[in-house]
Amino acid sequence: MEPADSKPPVLRFERVNVSFDDVEALRDLTFEAREGESRVILGAAGSGKTVLLKTALGLVRPDSGKVLVFGRDIAGMREQDLFQVRSRIGMLFQESALFDSMSIEDNVAYPLLNQKAISCPPAQVHSRVAQALDFVELGGTLAKFPSELSGGMRRRAAIARAVVTEPPLVLYDSPTAGLDPITAHTIIALLIKERDLSQTTTLLATHRYQDGNLIANFRYNSKLGALEPARHAEGRAARTTFMVMKEGRLIFEGDQDLLESSADVYISKFVKPRE
Amino acid sequence: MAGRAFRNIVRSPHYTDDIAFQMDTIGVGSLLIVVIVGFFSGAVMALQMYHALATYGQVGKTGQLVSITLVRELGPVLTAVMVAGRNASGIASELGSMKVTEQIDAMRALGTDPLQKLVTPRLIATGVMLPLLVIIGDFVGIFGGWVICHFVLALPSKQYWITAWQSLDGMDVCEGLLKPFLFAIVIALIGCFYGLRTTGGTQGVGRATTQAMVTATVLVFVLDLVVTKIFVSQAS
Repeated sequence: MEPADSKPPVLRFERVNVSFDDVEALRDLTFEAREGESRVILGAAGSGKTVLLKTALGLVRPDSGKVLVFGRDIAGMREQDLFQVRSRIGMLFQESALFDSMSIEDNVAYPLLNQKAISCPPAQVHSRVAQALDFVELGGTLAKFPSELSGGMRRRAAIARAVVTEPPLVLYDSPTAGLDPITAHTIIALLIKERDLSQTTTLLATHRYQDGNLIANFRYNSKLGALEPARHAEGRAARTTFMVMKEGRLIFEGDQDLLESSADVYISKFVKPRE
Repeated sequence: MAGRAFRNIVRSPHYTDDIAFQMDTIGVGSLLIVVIVGFFSGAVMALQMYHALATYGQVGKTGQLVSITLVRELGPVLTAVMVAGRNASGIASELGSMKVTEQIDAMRALGTDPLQKLVTPRLIATGVMLPLLVIIGDFVGIFGGWVICHFVLALPSKQYWITAWQSLDGMDVCEGLLKPFLFAIVIALIGCFYGLRTTGGTQGVGRATTQAMVTATVLVFVLDLVVTKIFVSQAS
């Protein structure tokens, strides 16, 4: 397997600052995510995780610094030009953000029908939507509306919408927030399945260390159709980098071992060492 | 926002389904209340005017006063106030809810300009439907005045309709249609503006809804004064 460091960066932040009125949401943020890499962004509420993901998607414009997505600086890009960049990024929003007025089928079909850069023939839309919903095990919900689904099912439908265009970069904003432990595990298992089957670069913002632990230490076995520990699979755990955000600053970046050995009080609040 | 919303009218893509849906919601949805308010406005006005004109022995001009007042002023303003109350607040709450649940961000992330998809269809639909509602409201109001004149005040129907019809000229009709068109632009844009700048969760949605309705209603009256002043100056 090619070492992660030799792969080109898919996303790169260079000294990015974002503020809203007098509040600094991101301060001098610099990092890069390479192709196929998983990044787990930990932090308390209001630490800048969501703003980081929205800045990567061009939904929030930085006050200064560069945001390079697939090699292109999107910081000063026009909204119309951003649509092409965004067509290569999947995003799961914190509260799913499914369109209330549309059925699940229409929600999942939305990026296929509205993103100009995705030239999906109309005849293939239904089959691709059905395939994406089957992937998240929601095959029977095509005609239902978001309000008819449980919180976990809405989250899965939103994952289907995020990945239906098969984007090389997927951003997940607190995918397990507000879910029970079993449903949260199901959601993270789906993220791992998507990452390993499609070889996507994944950014996961969460305040739950368990989510990052699963991402870093499990892989999807397509033969078994289930997750398995990745410790025997060479290089798997090395693909996952942890980042810790505090008040808009990146205070930690490194692998899981380094994270767990950190003596920082703030970091240790998030981290529960493996047994 | 207003400039981009207008520019989007001629730009692709055109969301014709959304325009039709909004026309149904704003136009057909407001029809009943406009008809009821129009009918009773005309009826009350006929009663009031009849007694005022009786002082001067001019009860025969009741139809004329009812129609001029309705077509120039009350029809456009009352209908616009109804639509502002119903639709400016409705638009603000719908878009506000979408904003706080990140659906607007999701739309942008999925390749759609929210102004093109959400604002322009509401602007077109309100601009088309409000003048039509005013025409209906005016007619129903004049009809309401006739009901009172005929069944309560025992005025001759022919006299009522002839004076009502003949008192209107081209400028009255022009004023009566220009006003709702301008009001429609204000109502749609104010509703969208407050909806799209909503912050603060469900409490913010409630605040945006109230602000949109109050601002749109006040602006309807301000705009009415400005347009009336222009037409009065032209006439004199």
